[in-house]
Amino acid sequence: MSVDQVAVLGVGMHPWGKWGRNFVEYGVAAARDALGDAGVDWRDIGFVAGADTMRNGYPGYVAGATFAQALGWTGIPVTSAYGACASGTMALEAARQRILSGLCDVALVVGADTTPKGFLKPNSGERGDDPDWLRFRLLGATNPTYFALYAQRRVDLYGATPEDFAAVKVKNARHGLANPNARFRKEVTADDVAASPMVASPLRLLDICATSDGGAAVVLSSMDYARRHLSGADPAVRVAAVSTVTPTFPNTVIEMPNFATDSAAGLPVPDRSFKQAIGAAAYEQAGLGPDDVDVAEVYDLSTALELDWYEDLGFCGPGEAEKLLRDGATTLGGRLPVNPSGGLACFGEAVPAQALAQVCELTWQLRGTAAGRQAEGARVGISANQGLFGHGSSVILTR
Amino acid sequence: MGTTRVPAIDGWFTMPAEGSGEAPALIGTRCTGSGTYFFPPERVMSRAPGFADSALEDVTLSTRGRLWSYTDANYQPPEPYVPVTDPHIPFCIAAVELEAERMVVMGQVTAGVTVEDLRVGMEMELVLDTLFSETDDGGDTTEHMIWKWRPVTADEGSNR
Repeated sequence: MSVDQVAVLGVGMHPWGKWGRNFVEYGVAAARDALGDAGVDWRDIGFVAGADTMRNGYPGYVAGATFAQALGWTGIPVTSAYGACASGTMALEAARQRILSGLCDVALVVGADTTPKGFLKPNSGERGDDPDWLRFRLLGATNPTYFALYAQRRVDLYGATPEDFAAVKVKNARHGLANPNARFRKEVTADDVAASPMVASPLRLLDICATSDGGAAVVLSSMDYARRHLSGADPAVRVAAVSTVTPTFPNTVIEMPNFATDSAAGLPVPDRSFKQAIGAAAYEQAGLGPDDVDVAEVYDLSTALELDWYEDLGFCGPGEAEKLLRDGATTLGGRLPVNPSGGLACFGEAVPAQALAQVCELTWQLRGTAAGRQAEGARVGISANQGLFGHGSSVILTR
Repeated sequence: MGTTRVPAIDGWFTMPAEGSGEAPALIGTRCTGSGTYFFPPERVMSRAPGFADSALEDVTLSTRGRLWSYTDANYQPPEPYVPVTDPHIPFCIAAVELEAERMVVMGQVTAGVTVEDLRVGMEMELVLDTLFSETDDGGDTTEHMIWKWRPVTADEGSNR
């Protein structure tokens, strides 16, 4: 199965940082950047999809309308999508579907966030029936707790070492040095990682991504619109797949914010884990496989999670990620650079913008314009992330 | 001035009276059609696809299992976590796989255990312990109880 493609006409970002300003400002800056990149006037946009932020009051819950109003109402329909870390991809998928169904020619997707300092914590109030509240109350389980459970399994089952995890950080820090949109642009050594405080064993502070402010936007169009817009030329970059799958019961991997996995005592365990299914759905839609991928942007909420993604996206077998890393395959210059942008290690997470930032980076990579961090000759790029409460997110771009 | 023990959350675990000799256990539900277990106890309907009309029965879950993974909390978690000590003393968190139920259940690990004491695959058992306690103006203390995991020592392991 491969589905019709849509064109990526333009991408744009507001640099990541801890700016402390209203998230709308970042979203508008990114949107104007993307519209300018596309050469499309705002008044020609037929649909806006906003990725929601939960930490900025009502405007954040209705992000599509918030950005449309800020850019100047033009009467077009909007949608607002929330899927935790996967929100950007949900919004992108809403725009793609609108285009593929023929309801509009060109659409704008925007996500932006302003984040508080420290651990992400649940919304306030006594909410004894909300697992995201209860996990903090009853377990003291933060987000890094869950990242650490996965990391420790790599240590105990596969012999991963703290040095392997640090090597992911060192690689990504180097990748991001020349990225003007990255928040942290500084070499990090293995010693720096080892000297940073232990947060959730085996993960240290520099193994875990920060939270950031930032904004990202994408302009998508139909292939016909793109060719007219480009005077008959084919668009350079196209969306070949968008995966927004959920887990299949029973999901036997502990997922944030849950207290327990599903039980496998009754029904057979699916052939693929949830994270494996995220990439598999994207590959199937695109009619491509792991061997076709030239560059990837994966969610390194922790250094160890990047290694999990190598295996879950099929770049190597289970337990082989450390070898792939050590061999330099995933470093720029290797056969399959991962996180050439610098990843979350250099950005810090701006939740609703992050999945779109991955698409922006892959677009630049496929255009060959990622100055100082270019994966040479890249023609197929894949992004992957997972939002809490069961949101898969993977996008395949081709040129 | 007395001490009262209350569950930190209702209906998730049994709390046998002290001196009863009964061991505490997590309370789950079981889908009678598929044989699937749920924890926390699912009360609305079976979430096993295809078994929406199957009855759910209350069950107590296995009190021992194998360590699936573990970590520790070296920084004090944010609210609504209730600080127990000032300054914060790190504690471990375990994910334990129950063999019969074929599910993994998280829990704090009892005080005094560090990650150095833990290893994926080792046997763990469930105990009740204080999550946090409050003392009112009259000097009465309420202990909010929670389940925790602790390693099964070699001696106990041989007696099971």
